[in-house]
Amino acid sequence: MSNRDDLQLVGKRRARVDSLGKTTGQTRFADDITLPRMLHCKLLRSHVPHAEIEHIDVSRAEAMAGVHLILTGEDFPVTYGILPVSQDERPLCKNKVRFVGDPVAAVIAADEATAEEAARSIEVRYRPLTTVSDPAKALSQESARLHEYGEEGNIHKRLAYSFGDVDQSLADAAQVFEDVFFYQGSTHLALEQHAAVAQADPEGRVTLWSSTQCPHYVHRALAKALALPATQIRVIACPNGGGFGGKTDVFNHEIVVAKAALRCGRPVKICLTREEVFYCHRGRHPVLMKIRTGVTADGKLTGMHLQTLLDGGAYGSYGVASTFYTGALQPVTYHLPRYRFDACRVFTNKPPCGPKRGHGTPQPRFGQEVQLDKIAEKLKQDPAELRLAIVEQPDTLTANYLRIGTIGLAECIRRVVDRSEWKDKHRKLPFGRGVGLACSAYLTGAGHAIYWNKMPHSGVQLKLDRSGSVTVFCGSTDVGQGSNDVLAVMVAEVLGISPGIVRTVTGDTALTPVDLGSYSSRVTLMTGNAAIQAAERARELLASAVGEQLGVPGERLRFADGHVFDLEDPDTGVSFEQAVVAAESRFGTLGTVGSYAPPRPAARFKGGGVGPSPTYSYSAAIVDLDVDPATGMINVNRVYIAHDIGRAINPVSVEGQVIGGVYMGLGEALMEEQVFRRLPPKHSDALVHRCPSMLDYKSLSSLDMPEVIIELVENPDPNGPFGAKEVGQGPLLPVMPAVANAVFDAVGVRIDEVPIAPEKVLKGLDQIANGGEGRVGPTEFPDIHWPEPYFVPPPWEGGDGQSTNDPEHKRAAKMHEMDRTTAS
Amino acid sequence: MTADLQLLFTLNGEEQQVRVSARNTLTEVLREHLGLTGTKHGCELGECGACTVLLDGKPVLSCLMLAVECEGRTVETVEGMMQGPELHPLQSAFAELGGTQCGYCTPGVLLTARALLVRQPDATRAEIREALSGNLCRCTGYQQIFESVEDAIRRIQQEPAQPESVS
Repeated sequence: MSNRDDLQLVGKRRARVDSLGKTTGQTRFADDITLPRMLHCKLLRSHVPHAEIEHIDVSRAEAMAGVHLILTGEDFPVTYGILPVSQDERPLCKNKVRFVGDPVAAVIAADEATAEEAARSIEVRYRPLTTVSDPAKALSQESARLHEYGEEGNIHKRLAYSFGDVDQSLADAAQVFEDVFFYQGSTHLALEQHAAVAQADPEGRVTLWSSTQCPHYVHRALAKALALPATQIRVIACPNGGGFGGKTDVFNHEIVVAKAALRCGRPVKICLTREEVFYCHRGRHPVLMKIRTGVTADGKLTGMHLQTLLDGGAYGSYGVASTFYTGALQPVTYHLPRYRFDACRVFTNKPPCGPKRGHGTPQPRFGQEVQLDKIAEKLKQDPAELRLAIVEQPDTLTANYLRIGTIGLAECIRRVVDRSEWKDKHRKLPFGRGVGLACSAYLTGAGHAIYWNKMPHSGVQLKLDRSGSVTVFCGSTDVGQGSNDVLAVMVAEVLGISPGIVRTVTGDTALTPVDLGSYSSRVTLMTGNAAIQAAERARELLASAVGEQLGVPGERLRFADGHVFDLEDPDTGVSFEQAVVAAESRFGTLGTVGSYAPPRPAARFKGGGVGPSPTYSYSAAIVDLDVDPATGMINVNRVYIAHDIGRAINPVSVEGQVIGGVYMGLGEALMEEQVFRRLPPKHSDALVHRCPSMLDYKSLSSLDMPEVIIELVENPDPNGPFGAKEVGQGPLLPVMPAVANAVFDAVGVRIDEVPIAPEKVLKGLDQIANGGEGRVGPTEFPDIHWPEPYFVPPPWEGGDGQSTNDPEHKRAAKMHEMDRTTAS
Repeated sequence: MTADLQLLFTLNGEEQQVRVSARNTLTEVLREHLGLTGTKHGCELGECGACTVLLDGKPVLSCLMLAVECEGRTVETVEGMMQGPELHPLQSAFAELGGTQCGYCTPGVLLTARALLVRQPDATRAEIREALSGNLCRCTGYQQIFESVEDAIRRIQQEPAQPESVS
């Protein structure tokens, strides 16, 4: 289906099928749902960062008029977690709280105010434990472990991989560049606060409406945490008022209201306050990283050794995946002959981190792209030319066994260079103004589900009936990215009808086939391919019936403009509605299905499941900015960005995603910070969010946002629906390093961390004024006890994708040996 | 919480009576008492602009407004923007040009823009930026919002002359 030249809808600028619902206020988000006899839930959250719960006294709350139910950790004996390897959460804490904001009790009452008052009257006696806040110290804090599981100290997960002998490649290099970078955490700040409504039916089944990006994963977790068969649970994802990864996790409040609805026999709603949303978090991990890169005299890479330390916060969440992602995608942009990556995630007493737009990859991408700028500077090369010379080739297996198909990165670089007049600007602008370039790559859908299975990642059912109506059913969830429009347009394109007559039913575990959710930039590609398959099957049925009726071979029929007609004699044909009638008469009730699963990854080593994707998108950005040397203030004049989209299904939506990604990237580059501070001991010593409000958590307003100039590079990818790649996450990635590189071009200061705040610029300028190097950023990377790396020879060194020293096999062999010795 | 006060005001061009409590915000009364859920909330602290409605034609944050303050006054919400089945030019422009993505900030943005266009029917990009600076949007990066407002200005200018007023 891809690469068709006669596309009627794909590639056209169109209003999305659901956009009028949004501009008229008719789209119903989770908190817009009100059910008869509905009760309201409020959570009592811990105000201490780390403590054992000694006693909970709910007697005063219970006695209050209007209170229907109080739940505590005792009501939830089963743990859950989004990843099978991190089942470390409880809907309400049982013995221990691990961060300020951890929920301890839930009150269900007639109205929100009563629930809140009752929650406040619950008395909890805590026995304080040592607060763990510094990730470097957490490594060895054996005495204050947050969890029973994980590795030594508060280490949640350590990884080490060596794709070829990297030490040798660095030793052989003409120069080795070593840098330490820090990337501060940030949060999603979706405008919609998380909300959920649960309703039980008399059969003991429960329905949950929620602002979730992943109804399927919520469905699975609810079954586990409520100890109910999944058949008794229905999860309906409401349209999300923004997600950005912040609604991909399973949240304690979702499980609590489901339980409460079952216990009360009445609907129960919760809507989090903005402050609670800040504490729920699951956002960008703060990451400290060290990068050592070897280069030849002319700027080719010989190898890279990347080390990352992630501050994970209090729970596992998606953290193991985030940890892998800090290393997985480095080899996807430039040819990297050898690559080693070590990563470590620690638990601290802060809100849990998880996936935010770019999931684990913006941090090392920032480091790599700033370091490349330094390499170009040192080698006296143009940063664009240096990159163009090392861009990875199409149809390549990378050092870490990721299969690249099409790659439009070189074209992206050339386009932004031309568009921005880079050659006339870089190193040529007056002091205070600068331009910076950076590039990136991103997945178009993760190659694996979060739980191991052999089933499709996305399923679609299509219903057609004699009215000419078409309804597409799919578990996907519209988070604002336009996934409903993708479904409608794919089906409409194949069947030659208007997208307006295709109804979409989505994100409902009782009605729609499974789709894994709106994350990892997977939706357009995976649901798109599934929808195309279902629509093609429907088209075959219609073509066969119409062909019989008209006496024309089915394959000669064309579907376009709401008609089915003979390509060789366009006057011979029927309307689409008549075609459906013919097929329904011929075959009975009409319905088709389509499904999609990504290709099998090439990697065969343990952990090789994180990183593979059906195709990768590429971006290149040039930021043009002014720095005021007196104040350190940065004013971004313009962002030029080129994105390798494969094919733009709807350019309006694609450009919206590009600009939105640039916007969010600028926020991270310049101002957004999810940071915590200790209250003084007399005020409980708590580790609290420094700015849990939308005024104090700075983000760009309409006054701050610069003009974004977009170049779309369209080279259809055979794995994408009509050739499309992702756009939801990739365009954010190059923005932060491009800003840092532009600041260097403007005033000669290297800021090796984000956010690039004015005071850091001033600090750098002060250093230069005093004869210093003009660099601001971390200098030390802690000494981490890394495991022996999995050694995987790259494809060009005779590797087959397997590790030659799988430590687990060796360990098992050693244990076996020891057993034998002991026995004898 | 007893709803012991009678509130009488004009809502989207119609007289509206509703019993409220003194502590109810306008957001609560619109959404919970009257079922007009088009008005959104993102913070309930006056920070994000999602709850913007027009009070006597001026944009206000309905989460910071007590409902009782609206006695005898005129309120317009997103539900009042259509004239019968006719979309307001802002509504169609936003839909066609990507001015709305998730749609959550959209009602507040639309009403702020509507008030701007009444005040300044030929508003420039700079004036649009300024007017919308209290409405946070996390999806669009604002650019397609600006373009949508500018497109609506053109549409209004091309329409047969009609006095554009806020009801």
